[in-house]
Formats: sequence, structure tokens, C-alpha cells
Amino acid sequence: MARNIQSLERAAAMLRLLAGGERRLGLSDIASSLDLAKATAHGILRTLQHEGFVEQDPDSGRYQLGAELLRLGTTYLDVHELRARALVWTDDLARASGEAVYLGVLHQQGVLVVHHVFRPDDSRQVLEVGAMQPLHATALGRVLAGYDPVAHSEMVDGKREPFTARTVTELPALEEVLNLTRAQGYATDIEETWEGVASVAAPVFDRRRMAVGAVGVTGAVERVCSGGELRPELIAAIRDTARAVSRDLGSGPF
Amino acid sequence: MTDTHTGPFIAAIDQGTTSSRCIIFDKDGRIVAVDQKEHEQIFPKPGWVEHNAAEIWNNVQEVVAGAMVKAKVSKEDILAIGITNQRETTMLWDKHTGQPAHNAIVWQDTRTDTLCRELGGDIGQDRFRQQTGLPLAAYFAGPKIAWLLDNVPGLREKAEAGDLIYGTMDSWVIWNLTGGVRGGVHVTDVTNASRTLLMNLDDLKWNEDIAAEMGVPMQVLPEIRSSSEVYGEVKGGALGGLLGGVPVASALGDQQAALFGQTCFSVGEAKSTYGTGTFMLMNTGEQLIHSESGLLTTVGYRIGDAAPVYALEGSIAVTGSLVQWMRDQMGLISTAAEIETLASSVEDNGGAYFVPAFSGLFAPYWRSDARGVIAGLTRYVTKAHIARAVLEATAWQTREITDAMTKDSGVELAALKVDGGMTSNNLLMQFLADVLDAPVVRPMVAETTCLGAAYAAGLAVGFWDNTEDLRVNWRRAAEWTPDMDPEIREREYKSWLKAVERTMGWLDD
Repeated sequence: MARNIQSLERAAAMLRLLAGGERRLGLSDIASSLDLAKATAHGILRTLQHEGFVEQDPDSGRYQLGAELLRLGTTYLDVHELRARALVWTDDLARASGEAVYLGVLHQQGVLVVHHVFRPDDSRQVLEVGAMQPLHATALGRVLAGYDPVAHSEMVDGKREPFTARTVTELPALEEVLNLTRAQGYATDIEETWEGVASVAAPVFDRRRMAVGAVGVTGAVERVCSGGELRPELIAAIRDTARAVSRDLGSGPF
Repeated sequence: MTDTHTGPFIAAIDQGTTSSRCIIFDKDGRIVAVDQKEHEQIFPKPGWVEHNAAEIWNNVQEVVAGAMVKAKVSKEDILAIGITNQRETTMLWDKHTGQPAHNAIVWQDTRTDTLCRELGGDIGQDRFRQQTGLPLAAYFAGPKIAWLLDNVPGLREKAEAGDLIYGTMDSWVIWNLTGGVRGGVHVTDVTNASRTLLMNLDDLKWNEDIAAEMGVPMQVLPEIRSSSEVYGEVKGGALGGLLGGVPVASALGDQQAALFGQTCFSVGEAKSTYGTGTFMLMNTGEQLIHSESGLLTTVGYRIGDAAPVYALEGSIAVTGSLVQWMRDQMGLISTAAEIETLASSVEDNGGAYFVPAFSGLFAPYWRSDARGVIAGLTRYVTKAHIARAVLEATAWQTREITDAMTKDSGVELAALKVDGGMTSNNLLMQFLADVLDAPVVRPMVAETTCLGAAYAAGLAVGFWDNTEDLRVNWRRAAEWTPDMDPEIREREYKSWLKAVERTMGWLDD
């Protein structure tokens, strides 16, 4: 039998350790539990972290299992389940806001639209379920990149196309946008994807408090913005909807 | 932004098969508050299903109060109350004490199978079809009344003496709301009465001959009223304080209420509700169409003194329940929504067709000797292909009902308005549009049943002026447009029909 790859064996042992009773462990705990040098353990953890299998708590520096691992596992949330749970709330958001509503999840290098509610007027509209949106420029994408480390690395590694003169494409500036997104709990895009169109979105969490999707509204700048900013009552309505869907998915109170 | 709800409002009670709900709507038809409570399903014997009517009335009072609290409204804000209900579920109660004489017999209950066969005699199940639009089947209320009178000791005597009165759930709720033993009005609406096998479709009156034939004394029957008028005011009881004086102003069977809520007010407009089973109704206007294709003829609604509007109805026994079967019995998926994920993992059905004739074929075939079939199996077929065949079965069965409706009415379906849980399945909705070769449209308010009852009640008290007002409230949430090569559609339909053929004659006799 061919020799197994040692570092993969060690990585697997680390994941088992983190999946055990205590969810968060510090570097020295992990290293001593597995009888490894700290530097070796750190190297493996960093790689796992990069792949999204492990996350490091910014305050304590401790490690825990990452979002990508949960995505792979049985707790993976079916997108069609997500749509079914979101249906009532997104309908009401469209009625309340008078704008089109989108629900998106991370898929490959972008946002996959899994649900779309028409703008409630009599205009001709085409169902955009199945369409892709860019991570860096849309409100849906920024929410995902801001809350999901896997989406974040996809955005960092991917091509960031300037769709309009306003599109932020430089990484440091985008990281600022994502910091702001996390701080305020929602993301915006004013004419960064399409001229004359703005969008705002908020994260949907599952019962493990993982960001499994983003829900948002997209509309003409003249309607959804005032004074160059997204209208606050619209933002409030979207955050209410995101909370309601999250609650339906079993996420605890915010 | 219009996210503040300003009164006045309409309250709608949906007394359903598994739960009672109350929803409060504003003038735009938007939901202000919902409250809901489930009741016990009682199964005394195989095939028997009963509800405790006293428990249901308690629940109705609770959810009405609950919804009002959640909406933070008082009776001054509620202009009217409307009622929609599980159809055909039958009960008798003592008009002096208000006590139910027996549990209500639920529409799904099959205890009257034999009685229906006996009533059919040599002519069979179509014996009263010309007058009532219905086949003699165990669903309908008339034979259930007869069963109660003949099988529960003492009831026939009480009925003959005029102490006992009958009602479907609309009658029971309205009688209690309007005062019960202290002057409650004993009424039903034309849509509920059209499900009894006892009402003439043409003049909307009880048919005394059929009633006599079934052994139902005329004095137990409620007065037949329109679907949208003030029957009385809330009086007494627990709700008297909360809602005293508020008009009770509509009643519609649940499927007819959904037709109304979907604003299918023009001839040829149709809605299909996708739940465990599927009910499709098409508005045929003032014209009463006797189906040649195995559909039911029923009253769609009647607004006050206006002429009644009729409808053709086709039901599919197994749609959402087939997905549940895949989940619970086959274990191929862990949630109903996952069927779409599994089905989406393949491009087509791989040649497999699934005809879920679990308890025979319904409209338009009516073959009780049929049983379910999965046809076209090869080594190539995977569980994903079967999942696809499961979803396609719902679409093809809809197509068959639609074809029957077109044949009977001569009206081509312009678009199908859909509601119910399965409308969240995008793959199914697209496939439905593809096989119907017509747009499929989902409205923004999913609660079309309650909305229909609210609309009818609001019309009766002038909250809305006319049906055009209501159409304005209807908003398109999504539309799926047909995108299938006609040749493929025809080929697939042919294969489906071949598969249907193979279900028939499975049972001997």
C-alpha cells in the first residue's frame, strides 16, 4: 500500500478534534493534543482556514470548524428549502417596498439568484431565477462576501470587473465596503453594477448562525435612493425580512 | 414605502381541514396579522375521519381574538368578517343547546361509499348529476347527513321534531358568531350548498325530491344565501365583547374562495391550488356547463343579488402527497423542497413516467380499478429521473384537467393562476407552463383562500366597490412562460398518456 500523505492525515485529525466536544480550541491545545510542533500545526490550520474548513475567532484567536465544512456536510441547506421558507416574507417585502426582491446564495464564483419576486406593478418582467450576479459589485454579493469566508475568498481570487465608472474593484477599498457591511448589517450598491440601478441586501442566517444567503431589493435609483443614499425605511424593511427568514430557518434572536 | 397598515380592515376566518385560521387584511389586500390553531383529526375506523365541532368553534374564537391582538385593532377597525371553510364536512347540532349531536364527518371520510352506491341504483353515480352537477361520491354532504340520522341513535327523531339542524362548517361558524342559541342565523352559501348533492344548480334551491330520496328532512337544512351579503352581526359569546355588532358578510367553500381571491372574475379564468392534492376551478360565467369529460359543475360564487357565477372543477388526488411519499415512504429526499434539487440534477426524465393512481384515477378518467405505475424503466434511470417524473406527473395531470375544461367550455386557457405550497417549486412551475403551453402566474398574496373570503365580505359592506377594485389589488409575484419545443411537448404527452393507460384494470372486478 502506498504511503499516506502525512499532512492530510494531520489535517483530518485536527478536523476530528475540532468536531469533538469542545468546539473552539487554541493553537497550543491543538498542537499538544496531536503531538505536533506549534509551527507545524499552525501551517496546517492556516491552510484549512484558507479552504474555509476552519475559522479563527478574531477575539480569542481560537479555532473552530469553518463554514465550508458545514456546507459539505449534512447541515447543508438546500436552496429550494431556502426559497420555500422565504416565499411569504419576500412576497411581503415586494408589496411593502414596491420593488423587485431577490434571494441569492453563493455558487461557484458568484451569486446564484434562487428566488425572484416581481416588482408589484403591471410591467412586463422576466423571472431571473438561475441568473448569476457578481460578488464584488452587487448588494447580494457583498453580503455573502462579508459574512461567508468562502464567498470572501472567491471574491478576492476572482476577476472584479468594473461594470460602471462607480464600481469598486480594488481590494483594500472593497474590504472597507465589507467591513462596513458587517458593521451595519446590510450592503448596498448604488450604480456599481448597472447605471441607474441601486440595490440593498441583508444576510439570512441558518440555525448555526451561518450566512446561507442574502435577500435584497433592486430598483431604479430615483425610487430607492434619496440624497444619494438608500432610503432608510427600505433598509429597515429588508432587514426585517432577512430576520424573518432567518427565524424560519431556526436562527436565534438577533 | 407603504409599509404601514391603516384601517379599516376585514377579518377572514378559514376553517380548514387541519386548522382554523384568522387573517386580517387591509384595503390593499395585504396581510396585517395571522393567527392559527390546529385541531384534532379523529380516526375511529379505517377510512373514517371526524372533527370535534365544539373544539373547532373554540379554536375559531381563539384565532379571531389572537389575530386582533396581533394586529392591535379593535372592533371599530373591523368592517366585516368573512368565512371560508373545508368543503363538505358535515355536522348536526341541537338548535336549543348548541351542542353538536356527533363529531363532524370530514370530507375525506369514506363511510358513505356503500350508501352512495345504493342511492345510485341502476343508474349509477351520475343519478343526480344533471340537477346537482356532482357524481354520487362519498365526499359530498347529503349522504353524510343521512348516515348520521340513520346510525346515531335518536337523531332521526330529533331531526323530524325540528330540534336538530345541519350545516357545513360555514353554517356552524356563522350560527355561533351570530348568537348561537340566542338567535343565531342558520344559513349556508351557494358554493357550500353546491357540494351537498341536495341543491339544484339552476335555481339554487334545495331539491326536495333528492332530499326525500336520501332521507334528509327539509327542516334540518339551512337557508341558502349568496356568498357575499350580510347574514347577521356578531352577537354574544366570547367574541361578543370583542366584535359585537360587526357584520358577518361572506361564506365560500375553500376552493371557490381561492378562485375569488385570485380574482378569476372573467369567463375562462382559472386557478389551480397545489397542495397535497390539487384543485383546479375555471370560471364559466353565468353559463352552467354540464361536463362531458368527468369534471364537476359547481357554483363559483354569487355576489348578493347578482346572477350566480358557475365553475368547472377538476381535482387531482395525488400531487404534493406524491412528493411526501418520496420523502416518507421511499426516503429519497429529506425535505419536500429537496425534490427540486434532485430533479434538477438531470436534464430530463430519462424516459421514466410516474402515474400516481394510488387510489384510482380521478378526472377525467374516474377509474377506481387503476393503481400507480412507474413506466419506461431502463438501467439508465436514476433516482433523479424518478424525482423528475414525480414533478412532471403533477404538470401532466394538470394538462389533462385543462384539456377537459377546454373541451367542455370551448374556452382556451389564456393563463393559469397558481397558489399553494408547490408553487415554490420553480422547476415544476416552469414545466407546468411548458406542458400547458400557457403562462403560469403566481400572485403576491399566497393566502388566496382567506383573501377570497375577505374580498367577498368587503364587497358586501362596501369596503370595496366592485370586483374591478379587487383586480387592482392582484399583483403578479412571478410568471413562467412556456419554453418547450412543440414536438417534444407532443411526444412527452403521448408517453404520459401511454403510462396512464398502463394503470387501468390493475384491480380485478
